[in-house]
Amino acid sequence: MKKVVFGLIILLAVIHQDVWWWDDNSLVFGFMPLGLFYHALYSCMAAGVWAMAVKWAWPSDIERWAESADEPGGGQ
Amino acid sequence: MSGLTPLIALGQAAAPASRTPLVVICLYMCLLFALGLISSRLFRGSSKDFFVASQSIGPFMLLMSVFGTTMTAFALVGSTGKAFSLGIGTYGLMASSSGLIHAACFFLVGIRMWSFGKKYGYVTQIQFFRDRFESKGVGYLMFPILVGLIIPYLLVGLMGAGKYIFGVTVGMFPGTFAAGAIPEWLSGLVICVVVLFYVFFGGVRSAAWANTFQTIVFMIMGLVGFYVIADALGGPAAASEKALANAPEKLSREGLMTPAHFMSYMLVPLSVGMFPHLFQHWLTARSAKSFRLTVIAHPICIMIVWVPCILIGIWAAGLYEAKELVVPPPNGDPNPNAVLSAMVKTFMNSSPLLIGLFSAGVLAAIMSSLDSQFVCIGSMFTNDFVVPLKGEVSDRQKVWLGRGFIVLIVLITYAISIFKPQNVFNLGVWCFSGFSALFPIAFAAVYWKRVTKAGVIASVIATAVTWSLFIYDALGREVGEQWFGVKEHGEYLIAGVMPVTFICLASVVALVGVSLATRPPSRDTIDKFFPANG
Repeated sequence: MKKVVFGLIILLAVIHQDVWWWDDNSLVFGFMPLGLFYHALYSCMAAGVWAMAVKWAWPSDIERWAESADEPGGGQ
Repeated sequence: MSGLTPLIALGQAAAPASRTPLVVICLYMCLLFALGLISSRLFRGSSKDFFVASQSIGPFMLLMSVFGTTMTAFALVGSTGKAFSLGIGTYGLMASSSGLIHAACFFLVGIRMWSFGKKYGYVTQIQFFRDRFESKGVGYLMFPILVGLIIPYLLVGLMGAGKYIFGVTVGMFPGTFAAGAIPEWLSGLVICVVVLFYVFFGGVRSAAWANTFQTIVFMIMGLVGFYVIADALGGPAAASEKALANAPEKLSREGLMTPAHFMSYMLVPLSVGMFPHLFQHWLTARSAKSFRLTVIAHPICIMIVWVPCILIGIWAAGLYEAKELVVPPPNGDPNPNAVLSAMVKTFMNSSPLLIGLFSAGVLAAIMSSLDSQFVCIGSMFTNDFVVPLKGEVSDRQKVWLGRGFIVLIVLITYAISIFKPQNVFNLGVWCFSGFSALFPIAFAAVYWKRVTKAGVIASVIATAVTWSLFIYDALGREVGEQWFGVKEHGEYLIAGVMPVTFICLASVVALVGVSLATRPPSRDTIDKFFPANG
């Protein structure tokens, strides 16, 4: 599942470059320019993918290591 | 000054405009003073509490403080102005890409940085880098660079606030101030004093409290303001139709930007992975789980703030072309920084109370970034400069050193803000570009065992040299005489892409090339930062 999540993140990076309606200025719902609507939707998709990342790719090992009691303090 | 002439005439000729908005803004400032007093009561007196709130911040406050910190004048005043000039593409340039990249930085780098802070007691980013790269010199090299990059960021906030308040107070004080408006130097001064007050006494804990409160205020007031402006224009559909009829190019990207230009902007949000003030907020988290809400909700929060701003910007473009909106022209062209205040002043005019509340929301967004940056600067000076040089410094001295340096930097920034006006969005982009180019260092520090001290030093120098060269070329040389790039649609582009592309490239090449050519870090360091179970 972790691989799927990281694959989706890469896919999001690719589909951010929406050249396919670069010159389209039509309105969605009568007020929202299409390009802006797509990118607003993109923000929602990003939140969805990050929710999947939190569920299936959370770095629990790092969390456990940081919260373990050994080797405290030490910063200069 | 010539651009002010019509406004000055307006301010002196007309009857004084209602001062209710200013009263509301003043009340809001008093509320912040009170919040500062309350949160400072919770201050535990230790430097750990002053700098990282004793790592006690939960998920909601972490989201609000991280989001509030990343949204500044750049997001409200800057984005509206940029959409006015560059159209809807502005959202894709910075907002949707940030939803992906910011959250990636929190998820991939932030959690790891937090774990090292938790495990080894770091308070600043440079403390971590010094240990990770086995060099005090790296810290001394990075300190002036990071402070130097934060100052333009602070300027973005102060200038954005000054321009906005000037715009909404036009005509309130005829005969007293130019255009009858509160001058930018006075707005900047008041904002500095208010933010300094609560940060001085309560440190990052006060900043987190104030950020949470102010983020809620600016999100709610932003939506209310959007609704009122849309309503005054006959509804969002009528407003967009007007924009489509009078400024159709602003509703697409054709002719205003190229795909290469658009793509190169994706590098700019990487800056959050290297912002020292954001690093400090990461360290305030009670546990790694506190990050979960921030990672998921950050793209949505950005959308809630940016979509209305972009729509207001393109509506303003349509109204301006239809000659139904006056935007003050500084040099013959309309001033993008003044677009939001012009829209508020024109279309909320029937309710001065609402103008005041919306303006408090704009200032909330600006101040919620300034406070974190102020604390961070004090923290860096104390922990990354004085302590390594002097050795033994008491906990109490650390807090006072931090406070002293905060005051000094605020004074310097305030003085610069008076004399160096620039486009808020563009200044922000230059500042972010510098941080973005340093991001490979943060990424390599947590993922690449082979990165070396020499590689990091080379990367910092490469970033500093290319950034300085490009910013001088863009801002210090006349159009047509520039060495590397050309100005298109108000942006300085090199070979059709943002300068950040080449600054990042120089940084990565130096980091990787020099690291591979020099001796790898010691086994102890690798074991410390790459634990088998982490």
